[in-house]
Amino acid sequence: MLILTCPYCGVKAEETELAPGGEAHLKRVGPEGDDQQFEGYLFARKNPKGVHFERWRHAYGCGKWFLAARDTNTLQVFGTYKAQTPYPTDEIVAEIQKSRPDWKPDWSAAE
Amino acid sequence: MADALATITRVEGLGMIALRADLARAGDAIAEATGLALPAATSITTDGSRSLGWMSPDELLLILPGAELAEAQQALNQALTGEHALIADVSDARAVFDLVGAHAADALAKLAPVDFAALPADGLRRTRAAQTAAAIWRIDGGYRVIGFRSTGDYLATVLNNAALAGTTLAAR
Ligand SMILES: [Zn+2]
Repeated sequence: MLILTCPYCGVKAEETELAPGGEAHLKRVGPEGDDQQFEGYLFARKNPKGVHFERWRHAYGCGKWFLAARDTNTLQVFGTYKAQTPYPTDEIVAEIQKSRPDWKPDWSAAE
Repeated sequence: MADALATITRVEGLGMIALRADLARAGDAIAEATGLALPAATSITTDGSRSLGWMSPDELLLILPGAELAEAQQALNQALTGEHALIADVSDARAVFDLVGAHAADALAKLAPVDFAALPADGLRRTRAAQTAAAIWRIDGGYRVIGFRSTGDYLATVLNNAALAGTTLAAR
């Protein structure tokens, strides 16, 4: 069972109260992108065994989309944060590194 | 024969107005127009007759006697003039049930992944009841459950089934 705390209403929602939305932080390819980039945006997903960032919607609750960091292998949840966040927050990264000291972000704040 | 876990009554005649707005901006105007305090997140305020429930960061639900609906809607329309807001009469879209009895929380626990015995006195929890959406809060001696009218018969069936006599959850 997966329990995620909705960052908008604070409810500790159980998995069946939520709707999954796939990988988080996808960046839409604009009109200047080529076909291959657009295909990547539509279909290429990281699908890692380990630390992953996902979109979830509090469907049977406040209705808001939010983001969650968790381990797809152990189901450990590192935290949730609002959808208006361009990349995982420092708090989330710190929480991941608490139990995965070797884990490194694969993005930079400049992106 | 043992009693049912709760007496379940379908409540008719309530008026409901869905309000969507930037609550940080329009909250005071809503409180004044409805005559109720603005509820904190995941809670509900009441004066005994009217209630104002927090549904999401930008949504409230006003529940009041059906006879007061038109007047309240007019007052809200006036109070929120110029605001980007929604004031919708959703009375006919909802089905309302009261569960009253010592083991009402047991009945709800079978339908929702929520510990309703631990719900704060002024708490309002949106969740699912079996396979349909519901919002649940405390009333005298039990809980009030609202769902969609379109799934109202289903909600009545699962509530009554969950409250069958002799099905309390505590060890017997
Ligand atoms: Zn929520």
